[in-house]
Amino acid sequence: MSELLHWPWLIPILGMGAATYATRLSGLLLMRGVVVKGRAKAALDALPPSVLMAVITPTVLMTGRAESIAAVLTAIAAILRLPLLATMAIGIGSVWVLKALGV
Amino acid sequence: MFLAYVPLAMLWGTMAAGKGFTPLDALAMSFFVYAGASQFIAVDMWREPLPVLLLILTAFIVNLRHFLMAASISRHITSVPKWLQPLLMYVLTDEAWAIAERRALDGPLSLGYYLGVAAPLWPIWFSFSAIGAVIGQSFGNVAALGDFGLAAMFITIIAGFWKGPRTGAVIGASAFVAALAHLYVPGRWYILLGGLAGVAVAALLHVEEEVQGPEDTMERGTP
Repeated sequence: MSELLHWPWLIPILGMGAATYATRLSGLLLMRGVVVKGRAKAALDALPPSVLMAVITPTVLMTGRAESIAAVLTAIAAILRLPLLATMAIGIGSVWVLKALGV
Repeated sequence: MFLAYVPLAMLWGTMAAGKGFTPLDALAMSFFVYAGASQFIAVDMWREPLPVLLLILTAFIVNLRHFLMAASISRHITSVPKWLQPLLMYVLTDEAWAIAERRALDGPLSLGYYLGVAAPLWPIWFSFSAIGAVIGQSFGNVAALGDFGLAAMFITIIAGFWKGPRTGAVIGASAFVAALAHLYVPGRWYILLGGLAGVAVAALLHVEEEVQGPEDTMERGTP
């Protein structure tokens, strides 16, 4: 790997940056003083957890039993409000342990 | 609170290095995109040939929540010159937003306060992303950690968004549609399809007579 920077990768990177800034800027420019509420707000509020769940679905539900059980253990740790790095350690650790046990 | 970004940024950098990002690549993405959740998702999707349009579209959808945050903040920064306000939005992350909103309960936000909170997080985010990529490069295979590490992190963030059984219905619908799409639709469209299914359920289940303050249900996630 002699390259310092993958120049072609700047296209998606700058595109993602523009898309992200557009979400932040449009809120300022289009919505001065307007309060989003009701059904539209409920839908927008649901976006982050919904998209995140879709991202992890193949890993936690469609890979194997060890991953699914580890996901439940991680969720329990998260609901108990353990810090992020602790819940991640529990998740990664339990996949290793469960696989070592032959689950 | 500025330290909260350090482990996340380094973690993201190591995962990005696992997908071939050089420290400069990682720096560029954290500099220009500066949105944690969407950067983690992008690294997960990062495979040649790059699905450029899908990457951009997914970042837009994941970050749509910033639209609400910017709209809300815009009411508190009316004392800031108009030409400067768009620049302030560039560093509007979930954390900066949450702290600024709390402050705004006591009165209008000053330019100094907003910048004091929001601006330092940006260089912290992009410089520690690059450091994480250096670490990831020198340790080689962090993919083993990356695979379930990302899932564990997202589970934790989802738990932070939990607002009762309706959230359960949202993520249940998302998982169901994402699983079907993963089986039957080629590529990474399951992320958008599952995400939109959850949003549709949230809209369907919404009950209008709920009484709530204008801001009290906005929540915090990653940067």
